[in-house]
Amino acid sequence: MARDRQAAALVEVRSRKERLSQIARNAAYQSRRNPTMVSGIIVVLIMALVAVSAPLIASADPTYVDPFSRFTEPGALFWFGTDNLGRDVFARTIYGTRISLMVGFSVACLSLFAAICIGLPSGYYRKVDAVVMRVMDGLMSIPSILLAMALAALLGGSMQNVIIALTVVETPRSVRVVRSSVLSLREQMFVDAARATGVPPLRILLRYILPNAMAPLIINSTFICAAAILTEAGLSFLGAGLPEEVPSWGNVMAAGRNYISSAVWVIFFPGLFLTITVLGVNLAGDGLRDSLDPKLRRRM
Amino acid sequence: MTGYVIRRILATIPVLLVVSLVVFALIRFSPGDPAALIAGHEALDWEVEAIREQLGLNRPLSVQLGIWFRDILRGDLGNSIVSKHPVLELILQWSVPTLSLALLTEFIAVSLAIPLGVLAAWKANTWIDRSVMVFATFGFSIPVFWLGFLMIFLFAVQLGIFPAAGYVAPTEDFGAFLHRMIMPAVATGVVLMALIARMTRATVLETLNEDYVRTARAKGLTENAVLIRHALRNAALPILTVIGLGIAGVLSGVVITESVFAIPGLGRLLVNSILARDYPIIQGVILVVSAVYVFINLLVDLSYAYFDPRVRY
Repeated sequence: MARDRQAAALVEVRSRKERLSQIARNAAYQSRRNPTMVSGIIVVLIMALVAVSAPLIASADPTYVDPFSRFTEPGALFWFGTDNLGRDVFARTIYGTRISLMVGFSVACLSLFAAICIGLPSGYYRKVDAVVMRVMDGLMSIPSILLAMALAALLGGSMQNVIIALTVVETPRSVRVVRSSVLSLREQMFVDAARATGVPPLRILLRYILPNAMAPLIINSTFICAAAILTEAGLSFLGAGLPEEVPSWGNVMAAGRNYISSAVWVIFFPGLFLTITVLGVNLAGDGLRDSLDPKLRRRM
Repeated sequence: MTGYVIRRILATIPVLLVVSLVVFALIRFSPGDPAALIAGHEALDWEVEAIREQLGLNRPLSVQLGIWFRDILRGDLGNSIVSKHPVLELILQWSVPTLSLALLTEFIAVSLAIPLGVLAAWKANTWIDRSVMVFATFGFSIPVFWLGFLMIFLFAVQLGIFPAAGYVAPTEDFGAFLHRMIMPAVATGVVLMALIARMTRATVLETLNEDYVRTARAKGLTENAVLIRHALRNAALPILTVIGLGIAGVLSGVVITESVFAIPGLGRLLVNSILARDYPIIQGVILVVSAVYVFINLLVDLSYAYFDPRVRY
């Protein structure tokens, strides 16, 4: 009995070790085969690390106003300089990582969930489809930033409402992706077989169709994450997004709008972080598309 | 052909209907009292009441909807709450800079991106191809307003080649218009350029593997003729789609660049109205810009039928 348990424990330890080494080998393999995705993921992970450890990296308070050190040039004390209120641009940029990643990630997850809830039935039932797709077409013909701006302004510019506004704007494209996968999947033999053996529709949708429709949806969600980060920054920059006191990258840059000739650093550094983050997410998405969906590789 | 055109035109009706319903619903279903929201925190009761009366928000929803559609069909988008001017008049007035900037952006993006894409496909898997693709990936990721400000800093503040801001109508002085608009147009167009270059490369690359391209080469056509007459021409449809879809991006981008370069266009009108909570203008701008977008995509779809007879099913 005891030896059995010991043996079982040994097997478990070995299998855990094996699994780890397998993950490591897989990572090495991926980085050789798909350097785009790996470099993108690394950028995103670094940014996530910056976001989590923001208080450790930047000791200054991102909202601390110091009228005596307005527009200090980047130097030893203020790495990225200070803005028109004497706030530390470095601290604001570092803390801004948190907000941007949170907005991007939340919008990507929420729109993924919404797209599944709307797209699955829409692709499966023709009657639902006609109505739902007209609504999605309509939503998609409103240029995204216009709709997001109006929604955020109406709901009130809080973090939660900006996320909701961006989700509403970004979801229709995901719904189209889910729907088109469902349309082709529902004609497949294995779905027919499930239907013939009396599997209820909900189960067919969730257990047979959804798993096969996930790959393009996840790829699309990474691009939505990038788009959401960019749009939020744009909205906040124009004063139509997050409240001014929140140090999001758009807001940090907005403080430098009127001082471009004298204090370019207020805009330059947060924008650089924003660009690198969005680039990382886009690269990860491109790579993910290559490895999850080889059929698409030739197209783009 | 006529049947296809008619069908395609009829198909825009439900889309426009949904757009107008969404715009209608925006304010009616927002949390709280819309009239109070528009009037602002410091508004007195009678001011809120006046706004409710002006927008007809005190009537039953079905009546409001009827009035909304009646007014749209008449071309009446209401009056601005702040300046009391008719919204349609304001939009027409402010849309000239936006349209001219959008056209210039499209022109620059298309005329640079297609040659780049063809070049990348032709020289596939060389450093030329790779640098075009790197540029394209960057183009997707650079925020329009950041690029705009960097350009202002470099070309206006440091080098003094271009003016930092301002607008001159193209009808007034075309040279001055170009001089002022070239920076905003390039800043707005980079995303579109990236999109078109990628699509062009992908589709041209595909056509380059076709038999007819090999035949064209075998019969001794020059490389230029092969690329442009055979490869690019057959790759035209997907590229056209991207150009059509990209217009939404251009319209969104223009909204932002107008604020960066101080251009008195629809984007500025929209941002100002949002900050002033001038709701009729917000509704009007969204409605008109979306209608323009739907119309442009209609034109793109119709031009498919012209380019590719197979579409006229």
